[in-house]
Amino acid sequence: MEPTPSQTIGPFLHIGLPWPDGAHVVAGDTPDAIWIRGAVYDGAGELVPDALVETWQADPDGTFDHPDSPGRCEFRGFGRCPTDDNGEYEIRTLLPGAVDGQAPHIDVSVFARGLLNRVITRIYFPHLLDDGDPLLDTVPEDRQHTLIAQRTDDGYRFDIHLQGPNETVFFDL
Amino acid sequence: MTFRRDPDGTHPPLDHPGYRSTALRHPKQPLVLMPQRLTELTGPLLGPGRLGEHDNDLTVQHDGEPIGQRIVVHGRLLDGDGRPVRGSLVEIWQANAAGRYKHRADRWAAPLDPNFEGVGRALTDADGHYEFTTIRPGAYPWGNHANAWRPAHIHFSLFGTSFTQRLITQMYFPDDPLFFQDPIYQSVPESARSRLVAAYDHDRTTDHWALGFRFDIVLRGREATPAEDA
Repeated sequence: MEPTPSQTIGPFLHIGLPWPDGAHVVAGDTPDAIWIRGAVYDGAGELVPDALVETWQADPDGTFDHPDSPGRCEFRGFGRCPTDDNGEYEIRTLLPGAVDGQAPHIDVSVFARGLLNRVITRIYFPHLLDDGDPLLDTVPEDRQHTLIAQRTDDGYRFDIHLQGPNETVFFDL
Repeated sequence: MTFRRDPDGTHPPLDHPGYRSTALRHPKQPLVLMPQRLTELTGPLLGPGRLGEHDNDLTVQHDGEPIGQRIVVHGRLLDGDGRPVRGSLVEIWQANAAGRYKHRADRWAAPLDPNFEGVGRALTDADGHYEFTTIRPGAYPWGNHANAWRPAHIHFSLFGTSFTQRLITQMYFPDDPLFFQDPIYQSVPESARSRLVAAYDHDRTTDHWALGFRFDIVLRGREATPAEDA
C-alpha cells in the first residue's frame, strides 16, 4: 500500500497538539531531572513561534518503553513542546543512556508552519562522546557541533536552525 | 526489522516556492542518511491515558451543539503492508464551520463558535479503525497569494509504533474546487494527492443525522528482510 503524504502542521497547531504535561518527560521531583531548552530559528535568523519540537529517547539505562527494546522500561521517553512567542521550547527529562553501541542521544522531530514534512535531528551531549558514535561519525566534521547540546545551569541548550549559516544537521530517515 | 523508506513521489519537497513560508524554513544543506537503529525502530506508544470521554465527538464537548454540517470521519490506520496499527493515538484539529480556528493568531473575520473547540483524539481499535464525529470545516482565506483560500481540511497526527512512522498530514474533502490554487495541497506529487482526499461514504451516512467520510491512512511498512544495519 502507498504511504500517506505529509502536510504542514500549519500555524494553528497549538489548539490540537500540546499536552499539559507534554514537555515533562519526567515529573519535577525526579532526581537528576534536567531541562533541555532551545529556540528554533529560520534562515533569516528570526525566531519561529509556530513550531512543535518532539523528542524520543532511552532511559538512563539505554532502554525504551517499547516491546522491541531489550529490557523494556516504563520511562515515557517522549516529550513534545510547541515553541512560544520567543521561539523557545523546553523539555524536562533525564539524560539517556548509551544505546546499542551509540553515544547517548535524543531523537528530535521538528514540525512547523512552512515545513511540509517534519525535519529530524539528534541531540548529543558534550561529555558523553568519548567513545564516538556511528551516526555522528558520518556527519561532516565542521557541522557536527550543531548536534551537540551546550551545558547550562540546569541542563542543556540545543538551538535549532532550520536554515542559514548555522543550519542544524538534519537526517534523512 | 527496519521500515521501508518512503518511495520518491510520496511527500512534498521541503522547498516549495508556491508555499511562501517554505522559503526561509527549509534546510539547504544535504540531509545526512540516518540508518534505522533502536531509537528509530521504537517510539512512543500512547494509549488510553491520553483520551478524555468526549474526545472523539467534537459535537458534544459543550452544552450546546456547534453550528454546521455534522459529519462522521472514519477510517483505518494501516502500515504499508496493509496491517492494522492497533491501539494507536490519532489526534485531529480543525477550523469551525465558518473556517475559523479557536486560536488567538487566527484573525480571519469569521465567527467563533462557542460550542466548538475543533480538537479531537481517538485510539484505533483491534482492526486499526478510528472514528470521529465532528462538523465539516469551512474554507478560509490566507495571505500566501492574491485571493488565496485553503480548501476545507482536518489536520491529522499519527504515531504508529516507531519514531520512523511518525506522520502529520491533512485530510481534504472530495471534489473541492479550491484544490487548483492551494500550494499546500499542490505541493504533494500529483500521483499521491488523492491519498489525502477522503471518500464520501454513504454506508456511514446516517439518515437525518450525519454525512459519512472515509479516510484511510497508511504509514510505512516493514522491510521484507532484515537490513544489515538492524
